[in-house]
Amino acid sequence: MIFVSVLVFVMLIGAIAASIFKDLINAVIAMALVSLLASILFYFLQAPDVAMAEAAIGAALTTAIFIIAIKRTNRHEE
Amino acid sequence: MRKIISILLLVIIASGITFSLVKIPFGISKTKVGNYYIEKGIEQTGATNIVNYRGFDTLGEITVLFIAAIGLGAVLRAGRKKKSERKIEPASLILYTGCKFLFPLILLFGAYIFIHGHLTPGGGFQGGAVIASAFLLIYLGCRERRINKTVTKVTDSLGGLIFVVTGLIGLAVGNYFLINFLPKGIPNLLFSAGIIPIIYIAIGFKVGSELAGIIDGLMEET
Amino acid sequence: MICYIGAFGLIFIGLFIILVKRNLIKVFIGLSILDTGVNLFLISVGYISKGTAPIFSKPGIETGRMVDPVPQALVLTAIVIGVAVLALALSLAIRLYHHYGTLNLRKIKEQRW
Repeated sequence: MIFVSVLVFVMLIGAIAASIFKDLINAVIAMALVSLLASILFYFLQAPDVAMAEAAIGAALTTAIFIIAIKRTNRHEE
Repeated sequence: MRKIISILLLVIIASGITFSLVKIPFGISKTKVGNYYIEKGIEQTGATNIVNYRGFDTLGEITVLFIAAIGLGAVLRAGRKKKSERKIEPASLILYTGCKFLFPLILLFGAYIFIHGHLTPGGGFQGGAVIASAFLLIYLGCRERRINKTVTKVTDSLGGLIFVVTGLIGLAVGNYFLINFLPKGIPNLLFSAGIIPIIYIAIGFKVGSELAGIIDGLMEET
Repeated sequence: MICYIGAFGLIFIGLFIILVKRNLIKVFIGLSILDTGVNLFLISVGYISKGTAPIFSKPGIETGRMVDPVPQALVLTAIVIGVAVLALALSLAIRLYHHYGTLNLRKIKEQRW
C-alpha cells in the first residue's frame, strides 16, 4: 500500500517535469518514466497482459520514434 | 492570459468529473459480463488465458495499425530528396558484436511469447512489439544495415490474409465469423484451444513487421 | 483509491500540456500522457480487493476472486491504437517542419496566408 502510493507520487512528479523541461529530449525521457511506472502499476493491479504490452510499446517504441522525430526537427522548444 | 483561462476550464472539468465519478467504489465486483467470462471461459474456448476471449476486436485493431503504417509511408515519401552519399561512421567493435549476438535471442523470446499466447500472459501484440525492438537494436548498434522492404511488406500482408481467411472458413463451416472449428483439446497443452494459436501466430508476424517498417520509414539518411 | 487519484492527475496534466504549450512535439507528449492516464483509469475500475489474475494456471484454482477480464481486453486495443496515432502524427510534424521551417504554432498561424 505504501509502495503503490510512492509509485503514484513519483509518476505525477514525472508528468509535471515533462511539461516544465525546455529541452525536448529531457521531456521525452520524463514521459518514458511515466510509462514505465504505469506498467509497474498495471502489474500490481493484477493485469500481466496489459503490463507487458505497456512496457514493450509505451516505454520502448514510443520513446524511440519520438527521438527519431526530434532528430529531424528542432531540439529546443521554440 | 491563456494559462489562466485554461486552468479555470480544467478546474471546472475536474469538479464535474469528481462529483459524478465519486460514487464508483474501489475493489468491488461490478459487472455481470466479467463473471460470465470467468465461469464459462475455459469450457467454451479451451484456452486458459481468458483475456483473449475477443477475437473480433483484434480485427479492428490491426486495421487501424495497417492504415497508420500506410499513411506514414505515403506522407514521408513525398518529401524524400534524392539519395545523397552516406557518411555514417561505423560503431565500435564491442557494440557491433554485442548487438549481433543479442539479435537472435530477442527474436526467440518474442516468438515464445506469441506462440504460447493462449496459455500464459502475452499474445500477438506483445510478441510483435518485442520483435520490433530487436530490429530497432540492429538499427542503433550496427548502423549500416537496413531491413529488406519487400520481405516486410509480404509478411505484413500474409499475416492479415491468414487472419481473415481463418475467420471466413469459420463462416463457411459453422454459423458465424471466427467460430472455433478445430477441436478444443485438453487445456494447458500447446496444441489446444482451436484456432486461437493460429490467429496469434499470424498477428505476431504482422505486428512485428509493421512496427519495424514504421521505424525504417522514419529513420533514413538526411 | 490512490490509483484513481493517479489516473485523474495524469489526465489533467495531459490536458494542461495540450491547451497551453506552443511547441508541436510538446503537444504530442501531452497526448501520450493523456492516453496513459485513461488506460490506468480503465484497469483500476476492474480491480477486486485481494483478487488474482484471470488466468487458469493450475488445474484446481478457485474462481471466486478473479479480477474482471473485460477491461483488460479493451485496454490492450487502446494501447496499440495510441501508438499508431502517435506515429502518423509525428510524420505530419516532420513534413510541417520541412515546409515552414519552425514548429512554433503561433508562427505557423501567422505565416499561413
